[in-house]
Amino acid sequence: MNLGKIHKDVAVVGAGMTLFSRRLQETGKEMSWEAAQMALDQADLSLDDIDAVIMGSAPDAFDGVHKKGDWLLDGAGGTNRPYMRVYTGGGTAVFAPIAGWWHVASGLFEKVLVLCEEKMSSCMPHAQSAFAHIWDPILDRPLKPNLVWIFSMEMQRYMHTYDVRYEDIALVAVKNKRNAVGHPCAQLADPDITLDDVLTSEPMALPVRRLDISPPSDGAAAVVLVSEDVAYELTNEPVWIDGVGWCIDSTMWTNRDLAFPKFVAHAARMAYEMAGIKNPRKEIDIAEPYDPFDYKELQHLEALGLADPGQAAIMTREGKTQRDGELPVCPSGGLLGVGNPIAATLGIKVGELFWQLSGQAGARQVPGDPAVGVAQAWGDLMQFSSVIVMRRRS
Amino acid sequence: MSHRDVAVIGVGYTNFNSVTPEVNWKELMFEAAQKAYQDAGIDPRRDVDSFITCAEDFWEGFSIFDEFTPDQLGAALRPMHTVPGDGLQGLANAYMQIKTGLFDIVVVEAHSKISELLTYEDVVQLSFDPIYEAPLSNGVHPYYVAGLEMRAYLQATGTTEEECAAVVVQNKRNAFLNPLAEFECELDVESVMRSDYAFDPLKAVEIAPRADGAIVFVLAGGEIARELTDVPVYLEGIGWCSESPWIASRSSDASYAKRAAQMAYQQAGLENTQLIDIAEVDDQFAFKALQHLEALGLARPGEAGFLMVEGAFGPQGQLAVNPSGGSLGCGHLMEASGLARALEIVLQLRGEAGQRQVEDAMIGVAQSWRGLPHGTGAVAVFSRRE
Amino acid sequence: MNQAIKPKGRSLSAEQMKQVPHVIARPQAKYAWAAGVAMSHFLEGLKQGKILGRRCMACERVLVPPRMFCERCYRTTDGWVELPGTGVIETFSISYIDTNANRIKDPIFVGVLAFDGAPPHCGIMHYFGEVSPEEIHIGMPVEPVWKPESERVGAITDIKYFRPREGIPSKRISQRRKRG
Repeated sequence: MNLGKIHKDVAVVGAGMTLFSRRLQETGKEMSWEAAQMALDQADLSLDDIDAVIMGSAPDAFDGVHKKGDWLLDGAGGTNRPYMRVYTGGGTAVFAPIAGWWHVASGLFEKVLVLCEEKMSSCMPHAQSAFAHIWDPILDRPLKPNLVWIFSMEMQRYMHTYDVRYEDIALVAVKNKRNAVGHPCAQLADPDITLDDVLTSEPMALPVRRLDISPPSDGAAAVVLVSEDVAYELTNEPVWIDGVGWCIDSTMWTNRDLAFPKFVAHAARMAYEMAGIKNPRKEIDIAEPYDPFDYKELQHLEALGLADPGQAAIMTREGKTQRDGELPVCPSGGLLGVGNPIAATLGIKVGELFWQLSGQAGARQVPGDPAVGVAQAWGDLMQFSSVIVMRRRS
Repeated sequence: MSHRDVAVIGVGYTNFNSVTPEVNWKELMFEAAQKAYQDAGIDPRRDVDSFITCAEDFWEGFSIFDEFTPDQLGAALRPMHTVPGDGLQGLANAYMQIKTGLFDIVVVEAHSKISELLTYEDVVQLSFDPIYEAPLSNGVHPYYVAGLEMRAYLQATGTTEEECAAVVVQNKRNAFLNPLAEFECELDVESVMRSDYAFDPLKAVEIAPRADGAIVFVLAGGEIARELTDVPVYLEGIGWCSESPWIASRSSDASYAKRAAQMAYQQAGLENTQLIDIAEVDDQFAFKALQHLEALGLARPGEAGFLMVEGAFGPQGQLAVNPSGGSLGCGHLMEASGLARALEIVLQLRGEAGQRQVEDAMIGVAQSWRGLPHGTGAVAVFSRRE
Repeated sequence: MNQAIKPKGRSLSAEQMKQVPHVIARPQAKYAWAAGVAMSHFLEGLKQGKILGRRCMACERVLVPPRMFCERCYRTTDGWVELPGTGVIETFSISYIDTNANRIKDPIFVGVLAFDGAPPHCGIMHYFGEVSPEEIHIGMPVEPVWKPESERVGAITDIKYFRPREGIPSKRISQRRKRG
C-alpha cells in the first residue's frame, strides 16, 4: 500500500437521512429519494451536478427483490449515470462511502452521491427470516440458528476473556438511548431508561437481553462526496475523508477467538496510517463505532485502539464516553438509540461525524470544537469491518 | 486521469461447464484464483492489496454472500469486498482503487454456479418490480421481456430476424475453437429460422444456455505491471451505466452501453472505433449482440445485422466479434460473463488465443449487460502497447 | 431541533401495515449446492461416526471444518486426519428464542467447541445437552453424543449434541486481564 500518494483528496459536503422506524410507509425508492434530496440540498447541489452514484444496501432478502441495487437506482438518482452497488453486510454503512471515496480519489469523478437504503419491514413475518440464510448450509443451518446466537456467543467469550461485567455493558444501551433524544430521526430514544430496565429486560439468548439489541428498522441516508478541486467552491467547512480502511476475516468463524475482532484492528490501522494518526487516543475527538448490540461498542472501541482490551467498560462506567466526556462515543445515539436500518446507519456514523465536525449537530453537538472523528461499521459473519477517519482542517 | 495506468498482469479460469457437481463454489474459485496468481507470479498473502468479488445473493442462495469468499482467494484478514454487479463493474472498482494511488495490486473475481439454482425463472422474476411488473409475470417465463425488447429493436432499426439468426450461427461456430466452450454447434441461418419461437420473435436457439465457471483477474499499477510481466495488457478505460430500471422505459438502442462506451473511450483516448481489432459483446439473446455493436459505435444503427450476414464480423472480417463464441457458444456465466468477454480480449492481446488468434490484435473492447429486466452494463477497453 | 436534519417518513404500526395498499409475494428460491470435495468427505465421516479434519503441513494445523485449501498459507491441504471427537467449550449461549424469533420455554444450549487434536480455537458450532445453566462454562470438556448408526445420514445433525465429559478437569482459558 502507498500511503501519502493519494491522487485526490475527498470531502463530505452534505448529508441527509430519513426517519428511522420499525415500519415506514415509504418504499425503498421513496426513502432513497428523500435522503438524497436532503444531502443534495445541504450541499447546495442538484442531481445534475452528480457524476456517479454509489448504493449501499444489505440483504436483498429484506426487500424481497433480486438485484435490488438496480431496482432502487431511480430513487437513488442513478438513472443514466455510472451507478455502483457495494455490499459487505453490516459493514456497508461505512463501506459505501469508502467506495464513494475511491470514485473521487481516483480522479474519475468530481462529485458523487453515496446512498444507503434499508427496508427491513417488507420481510415477513419478521426480518429475522432473512438472516436464516447467512449461515453455512451444511455446518450451521441444520442446527436452526437464530441470528442473536452469534452475538450472544461472541459477547460470552468477550466477557469471559476480559472479565467484563454485564452491568457495565448495559450502561452502553442506557447512554445511547439517552443520547438519541437529541436525534430527530430516532426510533428508540428514551430519556428515562435506566440500567435496571436493561438488566431486567427479557432474556433472548443469554447473555443477551432484549434491551441489549437494536431492533430492525426502515430508513435511508445519503452523503455527498466531492473532490478537493471543488470542495471550497461549495462550502467553507468541508469535512475531509482523511483515512479509509477495511478488512475481512475468514469465513470459518468457529476457528477464531471471538474475544477480540482482529479484522477491526487491521481496518483501523489502515485508516489511521492513511490519516497520519499515530496516537488515536489523543488525536480522535469523537468515535462512532458500530453498536448493534451494547457489548459491540466496547469491543469495537478496543479494536479501534481507543481503549485497552477489557477497559472500555470501565471508561463507560466512569462516564468518559458521554457526550461531554473525554472521548464522546456514539453522540448520535448509535444504532441502539436511533435505530438499525443496517446500511442506512451511514447517517448516524459518517453522517453524524459530518454534522458534528461542521458544528451542525444541534442538540447532540459535542462541545469543545471537535476536529477529528472515526466512524466504524461491522458486518458479515462477524468478519468484516470498515473504518473512516474524518477531519475538519480549519 | 492519465496519472497512473492500470494493467492486467494475470488471469486464471476454470472450464465453463453446464454442471459442476464435484466441487462447491469455494473450490471452483480456488482453482481459478490459484491459476491467476501463478500467471501473475505473485503470492496473494503478501502481494495483493485488495480483493473484489462480484456476486448476487439470490444467484448464490445466501444472504450476504460476501461472507463465503475470502478464504479461497487468499483474502482472509485482508481488504476485500463484494460488488453486486457484473465482472466488468468489479474491474471498474479495481481500476479506481489503483488510480487512487493507495493500492498497487488488486484482484477481481467472478463466477457462476447457476446450475445449483433450481428455480432460475422464479429468481429472475424476483428482480422485476414487485408492485407493477412482477404480478404481470405470474406463470409466465420472465424472458418474454427479451421478446419485447427484440421486437422493439427490430422495429427501430429495420434489422431482420435472419440477421439475428446469423449471430447464433457465427458464435456457435466460433466456439469450436475455444477449449473452454461447451455449446459449439454447426448451424445455418435457415435451420435457425425454421426453429421454434420461444418468445416471438426470439427463438429458443437464440437464447444463450447457462454455464458454471470461475474467472480471476489480477490488476496492477502500470509501473508495477511493467516490472512483473513482459506482456501487460493495459486497461485503458472503463465505463459503466444504468438506465432506468423500469421495463417500460427500456431504450431500444442499449443506451446504457452507449454511455458506458463513451466513458471508456474517453478515458482511453480512443476517438476512432476503427482502431478496435476485437469486440467481445454480450449476446445472452442473439439480437443483443447486434444492438450492442451499434451502441459501441462499431456499426451504424441498423447496420450491424447486415455486416454480420456479410461476414464483416467473422474471424476473417474487418472486426473480429466474439471470437470466443460469446455466451451463445460458451454458455452464459451470469455475473462472470463480462469477465469471460474480457478474458478473451486479454488472451487475444497476449497472443495466447491458439487457433482463435486474431492477427496483430492491439486494441480490444469487452462489453457486458447484466441481463433483463434492467439496462445496466459496462464497457472496458484493453490494449497491448508497443 | 437540529436544522440540518429534517426527518421524513411516515411511521406505521403493525396494524396499519396490513391496511395500507400492499402486495404480498413469496419468493421461490430453491438451491442444491454441491457439497464439494472436502465437505462431502466430512459428511461421509459423520455418517460413520467420525470427525475428520484436513492437515496443512505448512502451518501444521488440522483444519476442522475441513477444507481443500488452507486460507492462511494459501495452498492445497495435505491429508485427512481423524480426530477423537472430544473437545472444550469455547463459548456458549442459553437461548430462549428459536430460529423464527418465537419464545421457547425450555432454552436451547448452543455454542462453539474446539476439538481435541486440532489447534486452539478449531472447531464447530453445535448444541450442548445434559447440562444445566449453572454448570455450563467456557473451558468445559465435552464429548459428542451420536445418533444411532441407522439414523445417521451424513449431516451435522448426526451428532445430537455435545455433553460434559465426566472426570475430566476444566481447561482454564487464560483470562487476559485480572481485574482488581
